[in-house]
Order: sequence, then structure tokens, then C-alpha cells
Amino acid sequence: MKGQESMTKAAQSENLLEISGLQMHFPITRGVFKRKVGAVRAVDGIDLTVAKGETVGLVGESGCGKSTTGRLMTRILEPTAGKVVFEGRDVSHVGNKGLRPLRRDVQMIFQDPYSSLNPRHTVGSIIAAPLQIQKIPTPKGVKAAVQDLLKLVGLNPEHYNRYPHEFSGGQRQRIGIARALALRPKLIVADEPVSALDVSIQAQVVNLLDDLQKEFDLTYVFIAHDLSVVRHISDRVAVMYLGKIVEIADRDQLYSNPRHPYTVALMSAVPTPDPARRNSAQRNRVLLTGDVPSPINPPSGCRFRTRCWKAQDICATEDPALTARLGDPESHQTACHFPVAEDEVVAGRRPASSNA
Amino acid sequence: MLSYLIRRIVNAVITLLVVTMVTFGIFFAVPTITGSDPALLYIGKTADPASLEGIRTKLGLDDPIPVQYGKFLKGLVAGRDYANGADVTHCDAPCLGYSFKTEQEVTPLLISDIPVTLSLAIGAAILWVLFGVATGVLSALKRGTFLDRAAMTGALAGVSLPIYFTGQLALLIFIHELGWLPDAAYTPFLEDPAGWFTGLILPWVTLAFLFAATYARLTRANMLETLGEDYIRTARSKGLPERTVIGKHGLRAVLTPLVTVFGLDFGTLLAGAILTEQVFNLRGLGYQALTAIRQNDLPVILGVTLIAAIFIVVINLIVDLLYSVIDPRVRLG
Amino acid sequence: MSTDSLAGLTMPAGPAKRPFLEVKDLTVRFNTDDGVVKAVSGSSFAVERGKTLGIVGESGSGKSVTSLAVLGLHRTRSNATVAGEIWLDDKELVTASDEEVRKLRGGKMAMIFQDPLSAMHPYYTVGAQIVEAYRVHHKVSKKEARVRAIDMLARVGIPQPEKRFNEYGHQFSGGMRQRAMIAMALVNDPKLLIADEPTTALDVTVQAQILDLIRDLQEEFGSAVIMITHDLGVVAELADDVLVMYGGKVIERGPAADVFHEPQHPYTWGLLGSMPRLDRELRERLTPVKGSPPSLINLPSGCAFHPRCPYAGRNGDRSFTESPELRGGVHAVACHLPAEDRQKIYEQEVAPNL
Ligand SMILES: Nc1ncnc2c1ncn2[C@@H]1O[C@H](COP(=O)(O)OP(=O)(O)OP(=O)(O)O)[C@@H](O)[C@H]1O
Ligand SMILES: Nc1ncnc2c1ncn2[C@@H]1O[C@H](COP(=O)(O)OP(=O)(O)O)[C@@H](O)[C@H]1O
Ligand code: SF4
Ligand code: SF4
Ligand SMILES: [Mg+2]
Ligand SMILES: [Mg+2]
Repeated sequence: MKGQESMTKAAQSENLLEISGLQMHFPITRGVFKRKVGAVRAVDGIDLTVAKGETVGLVGESGCGKSTTGRLMTRILEPTAGKVVFEGRDVSHVGNKGLRPLRRDVQMIFQDPYSSLNPRHTVGSIIAAPLQIQKIPTPKGVKAAVQDLLKLVGLNPEHYNRYPHEFSGGQRQRIGIARALALRPKLIVADEPVSALDVSIQAQVVNLLDDLQKEFDLTYVFIAHDLSVVRHISDRVAVMYLGKIVEIADRDQLYSNPRHPYTVALMSAVPTPDPARRNSAQRNRVLLTGDVPSPINPPSGCRFRTRCWKAQDICATEDPALTARLGDPESHQTACHFPVAEDEVVAGRRPASSNA
Repeated sequence: MLSYLIRRIVNAVITLLVVTMVTFGIFFAVPTITGSDPALLYIGKTADPASLEGIRTKLGLDDPIPVQYGKFLKGLVAGRDYANGADVTHCDAPCLGYSFKTEQEVTPLLISDIPVTLSLAIGAAILWVLFGVATGVLSALKRGTFLDRAAMTGALAGVSLPIYFTGQLALLIFIHELGWLPDAAYTPFLEDPAGWFTGLILPWVTLAFLFAATYARLTRANMLETLGEDYIRTARSKGLPERTVIGKHGLRAVLTPLVTVFGLDFGTLLAGAILTEQVFNLRGLGYQALTAIRQNDLPVILGVTLIAAIFIVVINLIVDLLYSVIDPRVRLG
Repeated sequence: MSTDSLAGLTMPAGPAKRPFLEVKDLTVRFNTDDGVVKAVSGSSFAVERGKTLGIVGESGSGKSVTSLAVLGLHRTRSNATVAGEIWLDDKELVTASDEEVRKLRGGKMAMIFQDPLSAMHPYYTVGAQIVEAYRVHHKVSKKEARVRAIDMLARVGIPQPEKRFNEYGHQFSGGMRQRAMIAMALVNDPKLLIADEPTTALDVTVQAQILDLIRDLQEEFGSAVIMITHDLGVVAELADDVLVMYGGKVIERGPAADVFHEPQHPYTWGLLGSMPRLDRELRERLTPVKGSPPSLINLPSGCAFHPRCPYAGRNGDRSFTESPELRGGVHAVACHLPAEDRQKIYEQEVAPNL
């Protein structure tokens, strides 16, 4: 399943994907002449490396640029600045022809299993399409290849000729996964693949992704807003806020020792499914006030400062760098001037009823 | 808002310029290039070469086409003189020239037609909006019942029957057979409001039938969709009486998209309901246009086209402005 | 099902007084072209003032249909039939007239919905919609209603309420919209508030704010709250009692602590096992329920959960032929497994994997 020539290249660096200074500014235009009046700074300077075989989780609130980052990594979008390097090759601005190998090696799975499948095509032809486009040899015939894939993702191979609407949400997501697997990719960028699914189905799909990763040595970038799913599936996790990574660390580091006030707030906001801990969960909760500012006009300095309870003057003037702080290992980086210490009592706005 | 308005008006003027240019091109330039002669049209085949030449000079047909167009525009804005030596005829702005057939000035001719068309269009519009929307709403509320099916069958008939047929049928039944109404004819409203009304009622109904059918179907479809919306459920959950839910929350959402359709329909109608005017022998813009086309009366055709274009452009502008008032999502982006 | 178990659920033992809201054997059916949808079957529950009932279940399990039935909103649907009893403050609503129910709607009982953007009328300002809600139930002038609306907007934490009053729903952020919807629902001091997945469309940080707001307002107004959600975490944080629904039926019902700490139904085990949790050690694998939810038109025979239940074979063929009833007093379960067996299975096989 691994191309020989790319093996040698990958051997040079353990990193499958490296992005640096990545930017995506969507222009806002007005009038007949498409005068540029501003830009949505959806992704505004991101550095991230993804090593072979690992799963990197990407979390953050709606609109913080997760999907855009994913689409830049797969080069569905062309960055307005910065670099995307895949297996040592700079693919930031290569054209359609140069993208061909990338289109095979990097696949994307989408959130909405309903709209990402063409309703007029049978499941068979949906999954066969990438094989045919990339002219992949199928020794036992296309049909057999597709049926193998269906079996692989836990669908009945007999359902080859059915249409997407005949499947449930979870099954459609499996179809999407089968389609992504068809080309035996090296990297899969999954954009909220389980967000639209019911809990029980979500767990099935998460387990399936786990199994496939082991079987095929896959590398995942897993985008989600659900912190507990991300914790379950990722080796490393990056937290995004307004187009930037504010904290990145190994999974256990991040969840046991969050440094950035935003990460702390995000984690404390997750409801605990245990009525006995209801009170302590509420007591320890940091409620953020206000909304995420607009990415058209992000705050100066640290972007989180408008909602941060630790903000000082310097936060407004100086954009904190993403580096290891408070003696953290090099792999744990935080972009905050005043990171949260281990035993710090966090003090956001308190929930109203927990006046303990 | 103001800059938006100015932009729209500039756009409208440009559109009108393009329309006149194209019409001018088709009706004046093309015959010149292909060799047929507007001057010939003007005085007929039997004219002697000398008077033909005189007409040509007087109408400016010898000038290059862009110059002719320029003069035409000048006539529109400032009026113009048609001169052949000492023989000068002045035509006041907005001058659309002289009819080739009747040698009357086109502008007053058309202006006298406007009230007819306007009466026809406004009356019919009121009827079709009232009946179309009411039928549509009722149908939607009584979906699947006999009433719904009957209304929708009627609407289907209205959409598919040609106005020639419905019009003739109406004439036959109400005027010739039953004699309930006088012959359809136009009496100016200010002269005799009752005569105006009775003379137009049949054309109104005929025309409205066609449009009401479309509107009923549209309204029904919109209403059914709207009734499934979450905000209707919210309205009900507030405890609003059903008539407020439908009549206020539902209708508001149903009517808003109809405004666009209505603007288009009404604008087009103002340019002349050609068939209706012909069937009922009403001398409005549509009738005038038809006659002019049959007689190859170029200045009249050009005039009608221009007026039609103005109506359509202006109505569209009004609709867009209105739309940004009634749909806050458009207004506030 | 016995009524005494209902009363025991939310009331201290005492003279038999009807709970504030009591739903008995609620059944809702829809006639569709594909067949009859058995959206809710024989559902019973109760809520007292000041208490919160959580209803959990996957999508399509009948949560929304249940709540719309309480509000009498199926009355406008010609294809719906509602049977059973709904007692609100000693008044029966299923048999009440349309007009009687309408007067209660938005007044004594109010509702907030999942998607606040589509739940707001796009052509009316937020303020106008709140004013309207107030004036249906109070004979006051527009001016007075406006004062009240602005007051409510401020109460739910919307900054600059005077200015926001004149804005439209699409100009608000997701969280602000839901706050405005809450303001609209609470404008008439309802004694029963039904929240149908009020935070599903929102980010966790905003969800935390909204849940906090609901909790706070409930304390202030002392209303009964029904919190519908598919997120067990949300229920655990808010609910006093929990109802677990599957295939249109209540399959487990009890005080929150009991349902979370000693869940009794195999489906509830499945739900808990499917969820990755931040408050637990990391598990190598999740333990999901196999298969997918049933069609409500063709419900499986016997126990609707049997095609997905790992223990279906343990009861002879009862699970396949006989629909289990909800039994067991305060903490009730609908499952044929004997209570001791369930206890054993839970302790030995299920709990270690949660
Ligand atoms: N094509 C586009 N043109 C203009 N703006 C865009 C475009 N695509 C995305 N954006 C904007 O960029 C920002 C980031 O969007 P993105 O879809 O990456 O967010 P996200 O983190 O994936 O959010 P969600 O959790 O809602 O999926 C948003 O403000 C969005 O509106
Ligand atoms: N008006 C309707 N007509 C037919 N079926 C309906 C209608 N409303 C809901 N249903 C069906 O009833 C079942 C329960 O729906 P619902 O209560 O909305 O589920 P949820 O638990 O996700 O809120 C679903 O199968 C749904 O499709
Ligand atoms: S840099 Fe300042 S504002 Fe930003 S997160 Fe840290 S403390 Fe808060
Ligand atoms: S009744 Fe049978 S099938 Fe249903 S939950 Fe209990 S054991 Fe499983
Ligand atoms: Mg996204
Ligand atoms: Mg629902």
C-alpha cells in the first residue's frame, strides 16, 4: 500500500506533513469592481507538524478556522501565505497536475454524511470513482475492490448497488470513509466526522477509525469540537482560537495540565455525566463571557484577551508566542503571557448558583 | 442606502441606454445596412425620388448611424428640429419622432395610450393578487381536501388556457349571450367612473384569471413550506391564535418572495397586455405596439419599446428597494 | 405501569396529590404515506415545580414529539393522533379544547427549541416577537410590553437590550439568539418550561452559559423544567430525574443519581459505554451499542431493543415476543431480565468498561 518512491522521501523526515506560517485570508469584496474592503482571517499563521502514524486532534469553537485548516492541509484551498509541505515536498502552490499524487495520498472525510455523497450515484460508483480517476489497478476488478472496501468499513458488500438515501447517517459516514480509503491514502483529514451522529453510532465510527489506523498505518488529523472524542482518539491535540493555535501538547499533557486560559475554560465547560460531581463541576467551571470576536477584525495582541480573566496590559500590545512555558516539555507549547499554573485557582466568571 | 440608490439609478439609466441602442440598431440601422429604406416606409412605394430625398434629409436618414442615434437621444432629452431647408418641424422633448403611417407625433400618441394600459394592469393586478393569494392560502390550509383539489384544478386551467380562448369565451358569454355587460371599451375614469369600470371588468377578470392561477399555485407552495418552518412552531408555542399564526407570521413570509414575481409581472404588463388588449379591442400600448409592428411603423415601435423598458426598469428598481425594506436579511446583509 | 411509582419519583411520600405535570400513557401516532409512525408509545412521567426532568435518547426516539404533545402542538397536524392523559396543575390537556390549550401555551407552559435561528421569525425584530408573546397573555399596551421585553432581554444577559430589542435574529450570535429565545419563553413567567435540545447547536462554552442561565432562572422563578437532550452530560448537570427513551418508549426512569450510578437497562449501559468521558481514565476502546436505531414504522417485535441487545437471548423468547413494561417503583426499567441478573451483569460486565 505504500508507494516505493515516496517511502524513500518520507524516510528523510519522520514528519508526513509540515505546515508553517499558514494563512488563509478570504477577501471581502464589494461593488461591481470587486473592490477589496477587508479579509476574513480564517487561518492566521499556523505552524504544525504531523508525524507518520500519529493522530493530531484539532479543537476549538465554531468559526475558529478548523475546517479551513483542514482544507488547506488537503490543498482543497490554496493558502494566501505560508507553506504546506507533504513528505518533504512543498505543495503550497502547485497546480492541478502537481497535486495528483497529493490527491491520492491525502483524503478528507466530512462532517455531513448526507451532503457529501452524490444522491444520484450508487454506493458502488461513489467508492469506485477515486479508483478510476487515479487509474488504480484493481486485479480482481473494480467491483471486487469496492466490495472489499465495503466489508472493511462494516457495510454489507451486497449493498453495492444501493443509493446513499437508503442508508442511515452512521452508514453514510462509513461510505464516506470507504471512499477515502479507496486510494490507500497516507493521511486522512477528518473534519468533524462524528459530530452529526448519535452517541452509539459515533462510538462505532470512532472504533472503526481506530481499527483502520492500526491496519493501514494511517495518519489522522482529527477535527472536532467535542473535547472528549478528541481526547479519546488523538495522540496530540492542538487548540485553536480565532485562526491561531493557542496551545498544543501531547494528549495527556494537555488534558491533565492545560496552560492556556482558553483551554482551561473550554475543558471546564464540558458537562460531566455524573450527577454526584455536578456541584464540584459547576464550582470549578470558568464561564467565558461574551462572544468570539469577528475574524475580520481580531483583537490586537492576544486574541483571547477580550474574554480572558487573566488579561493584563501587555496582552493587548504583544501577541504571545507559541512556546513551551512554565518548564513544560518542548512538545507542550502555549501562546499566553500568563499561563495557568498547576495549582492555580482559576477565576473566570462563576456560575450564578455555585456561590461556594 | 443613498449610495445604493444612486448606484441603482445609474445602473437603470445605463440599462435604458442599452435598450434604446439595441432597439435603434434593430429597427433603423439594420434596414439601412441590408438596403431596405426607412424613408420608403414613410411615404410608400410610389414616391418619386425627389420627395424621397426630401424626406431622407428631413428625417436625417442620410447621417451615419451613430449620428442618427445621437440625434434621437438629443430629441429625447431636449427635443429636436426636423429640417429640410426652410421646411422645419419642431418636436418637443421627449421627442420620439413621427409615426411613419399617421405622421402624428409619437410621444403624445403613446402618452394617450398609457391610461388604458395602466387601468387594465392595475385593475387586473388587484384582482389577481387578492384572489390568487386567498386561493393559495386556503388551498394550503385545506391541503388534500376537495376544496384544495378543485382550486388547484382551476388554477391549472388558468395557467394552461390561452387568453385568446378565455377572453373570447368571456366575450361570448357575458356580452353576446347574456348581455350583462356593455362591449368592452375604455372610458376615461375621470369622465365616467362607472363606465370605466364596466368597460374594463371583463378584460380585468380574463387577465387576472391567468395570473391569479399562477399566484395561487405559488402561494400554496410557499405557504405549505412556511407552515413547516420552525418559526411557525414558535409562534404557535407562544399561544398565538391560529389566525395570527397564519395571517401574520405565515403570510408575511409567503408574500415577501411574491413581491419580486409581482414586480416582474406587473412591469411586463405595463408594457402592454398585447393579447388582452387585442381580444377586447382596447387601444393601449400593447394594441399600439401590435399595430405598429404590423405596419412596420418604426418610430412607434421604438417608442413603445422604450416606454416598456422604462416601466420594467423602474418597477424592478422599486421592487428591489421595497425588498430591502421588507426583508431585513437583505437590508442588513 | 402503576401511578404510585410516578408520584414517588418527584414527591416526598404523602397524601396523594397530583404532581404539577403528570403525563400518563401518552401515545402519539402519525399517519404517513409509508405507514403509521409510532412516535411515542405509552409514556408516563411527572415533574414537580422547581424540579428538572431530563429526557435523553438518540435522535428519532420521540423526545421532541413528547414535548410537543405536552404543549398541544400536534393539534394543528391533521395526521397526528394523541392519546393518554396530560395533567398540568390538575387540568387535563388531551381532552381540553383547542382554545383552552392555546391559552396555556406560552403562558403557563413555554418552550425553547434546538435551532434558535430558524425558530425566530426572520422578518420581525427580536423585540417585536417578545412583545407579541407578552401581549397574547397580558392585556397591556405596546409600550408596557416593550419595557417588559427589554427587562427580560437584560435578565437573560443580553448587553445593550434597548438596542438589541430592535435587531433581527440573524444579527445575533448563536448564544445570544438562544438567550433571546429564553427571554421570549420566560416573558410570561411560565410554570413549566420545556427546553428541547437548547444547546445542541451551540459551542460548549456557550452551552455552559446557557445551562447556567436556565438553572439560575429556574431557581428564581421556581418553574418545573423538562430538559430534552441527547447529551448525557447535560442531563447529569441539570436533571433531578431522568427518562431514557428508545424507539418511542420510556425504557428507564428514575432519579438522576440512580440512573447514572446504577443504570438498569442494557440500552442505558450502551449509551454510557458509547461516550468517551473527560472525567474517567482513558479507555482503549469505546463500547458502543451495535446496529442502528429502529424504524418507528416497523418497530421490532417484543422489546424494540432486542436486535441490538447483547442479552436478548437470556430470557427465552420473551425479548422477541413480549414488550417489556416499565416496572420497579422509583427507579423503573422496561426489561425482561430479572433485577438480580441485571445487577450482576452491570457490576461484572458493564461497569468496568465505563
Ligand atoms: N470561503 C470563505 N469565504 C469567506 N470566509 C470564509 C470562507 N470559509 C470560511 N470562512 C470563514 O473563516 C472562518 C473559519 O471558518 P472554518 O469553517 O474554518 O471554521 P471551523 O473552525 O471549521 O468552524 P465549525 O466548527 O463551525 O465548523 C469563519 O469565520 C468563516 O466564516
Ligand atoms: N409530523 C410528523 N409526521 C410523521 N412523523 C413524525 C412527525 N414528527 C415526528 N415524526 C417522527 O416521530 C419520531 C420521533 O421524532 P422526535 O420526537 O422528533 O425525535 P427526537 O427524539 O429526535 O426528538 C421520528 O421517527 C420522526 O420522524
Ligand atoms: S496572553 Fe493574556 S489575554 Fe491572552 S490568554 Fe494569556 S493572559 Fe489571557
Ligand atoms: S427485554 Fe430483552 S432485549 Fe430488551 S433490553 Fe431487556 S434483555 Fe435486552
Ligand atoms: Mg468546520
Ligand atoms: Mg428532537
